[in-house]
Amino acid sequence: MINYFPFLAVLILIIMGLSAIIFKKNLIKIIIGISIIGSSVNLFLISLGYRSTGVAPIFTNAPKLEMVLPTPQALTLTNIVIDLALIAFMLSLVALVYKHYKSLDIRDRRLKG
Amino acid sequence: MIKKKMEEENRDKGMSKVVKTISFIIAIPIIIFGLYVILHGHLTPGGGFPGGAIIATLLALFLVAFGSYTVKSSHKELLSSLESLALVSFILLAFFGLGSTFFHNFLANTANIFGKSISYGVNNGYLPTGGTIPLMNIAVGFEVFAALSLVVLIMYTGQSGGGK
Amino acid sequence: MEKLIKITTLSILFAFLLVSFFCIHPAGKPNTSMMDDYFIQNAQAQTGSNNVVAAVLFDYRGLDTLGEASVLFAVASGIFILFSGKDDKKENGRGE
Repeated sequence: MINYFPFLAVLILIIMGLSAIIFKKNLIKIIIGISIIGSSVNLFLISLGYRSTGVAPIFTNAPKLEMVLPTPQALTLTNIVIDLALIAFMLSLVALVYKHYKSLDIRDRRLKG
Repeated sequence: MIKKKMEEENRDKGMSKVVKTISFIIAIPIIIFGLYVILHGHLTPGGGFPGGAIIATLLALFLVAFGSYTVKSSHKELLSSLESLALVSFILLAFFGLGSTFFHNFLANTANIFGKSISYGVNNGYLPTGGTIPLMNIAVGFEVFAALSLVVLIMYTGQSGGGK
Repeated sequence: MEKLIKITTLSILFAFLLVSFFCIHPAGKPNTSMMDDYFIQNAQAQTGSNNVVAAVLFDYRGLDTLGEASVLFAVASGIFILFSGKDDKKENGRGE
């Protein structure tokens, strides 16, 4: 049971992010929920490729030769940059919506063609 | 004429004189550290993406310290050209190894620049190894710096465009 | 009524995720790592770099890095286009 703690932390973060998306009425708080889900996916990717008796996969002055798996770390680096670009684009769209409609509430029923 | 004076008093003047001087002094070690992280991407943790993000913090520092009137809007064209140039050079580096495959490392284990061979085991780290990996790190570093600086600059000055 | 539907959906998703997170291998003892063992053994001889993560990012899986650089470029261009409209000075009487 104690071996599954990283995955339970990922589960708690996903539920927190999803409840922020479902229950909140302000557009900025929904975007914060999306960002929390993105960070939890990064944590899940890294904890998949973890060896408990391993060091970082770099050969310069390495203490020993048994290393953690390097492929999930490369995927996580790519995911961080893509999440940053996604949040920046969503925030600029919200700024344009606020400039046009003067309100950030999703119950407003004015956001139609 | 009164409207012009009101406009001149309303614009963003930035922070005090101490902050402006210190931001010039600290810009040089930040650039050197960012270039060190980019260039040693094949020996130490780091590489193109964190190194580009380190240098991109300089534009945010200058925006806060000098105000949005001094950082002009014509810098947008310069940053956009730099970003396009870096991405094109990254793709060109991938095309040069088309003798065997796309993205083939055509400089590793040869006698050109960056082409020293090493064997399996723990060593101290030699700089002229790696093949096309340091060159691709430099290209990606410049592209990330230009893209992040462009995003920060556009979202700060908005549609009015700042001072021209 | 709306709140009940939302809470039910969230709890069903929570149950599914909880069951599926116990079917993965325990964290710290991966049992299928043949591709990564090949990468660790052969990265120094084939690519010549001490950093295995950089070799995976730029040599063995370079197409993912190309996709990521393209996404960054596309989003930066999209934000540039979004904020290049003009301010409309006359708003009284025109448009809704």
